[in-house]
Amino acid sequence: MIVAIRKITGKTPIKIWHKEYDIPNLDLIVIPGGFTFGDYLRCGALAARSPVITSIKNHIGRGGTVLGVCNGFQILIEAKILPGSLIRNKKLLFTCRETTLEVQSCIENPFLSGLKIGECLKIPVAHNEGNYFAPEDLLKQLKEEGRIALKYIKQKDNEENYNPNGSTEDIAGILSKNGKVLGMMPHPERAMNYLHGGTDGLKFLTNCVEQIIG
Amino acid sequence: MKVIINVSLKEGVLDPEGQAIKSSLNNLGFEHCSDVRTGKQIILNLDQKSETEVIKQAKKMCEELLVNTVIENYEINILKD
Repeated sequence: MIVAIRKITGKTPIKIWHKEYDIPNLDLIVIPGGFTFGDYLRCGALAARSPVITSIKNHIGRGGTVLGVCNGFQILIEAKILPGSLIRNKKLLFTCRETTLEVQSCIENPFLSGLKIGECLKIPVAHNEGNYFAPEDLLKQLKEEGRIALKYIKQKDNEENYNPNGSTEDIAGILSKNGKVLGMMPHPERAMNYLHGGTDGLKFLTNCVEQIIG
Repeated sequence: MKVIINVSLKEGVLDPEGQAIKSSLNNLGFEHCSDVRTGKQIILNLDQKSETEVIKQAKKMCEELLVNTVIENYEINILKD
């Protein structure tokens, strides 16, 4: 993720240690994917109780922007910054492959506003617990508030495994109420050049940076 | 005091692990097994004398960390020697 952001901005992002309380005012905080604390108990559960989360909540309270990818999304969920839950993939398999995402019609946000509604992005996933689950009433609320940002979508009518994890309504990413926090399972930083198999991640992250920093 | 916390998935939440176990049990000939739900057990030792205080503390732990109340239910039991 650092390499990806550096490639786009030409600047090296600062790394924040999980025990830090004091963080400076930042344009964007990215909680990248990977694993945290062995992902014991539940994915992201222990990381979500780290001291740095308080600083991230303060940053959000000041209207700051946060992008959580994969384990970062799980942490945002566990920290109750985003609602719902990410449970075990339906087929019980760790899934690592390209998926096609569709940009949804949603509230104004700095992550997708330079992209068109209905636009498709090919971005890979790599996870074991990415099956987004929300109780009926929460799902209804997310739809009404326009907080479903990205969905997995079929490329062909008869395609069966377009949704890699069995998530409710093919949800791949959701926004906070104010649109300033996005959590998504797919990894845009893994689709940055043709050697990765595509550049839609570069397009997505470049758009984020342009919208946020200008 | 020893406390046993049983965490289980709420009704209606998909349990793929339970489904996989069920299918294996059915294949082994346990065809009457119509459903399997999995969960986890957390055993804690609390240095407290009062049962009420222990239950109160354990409940707080469940709400703050041990349980994801969006998808899980929990049950607290004190283990008597």
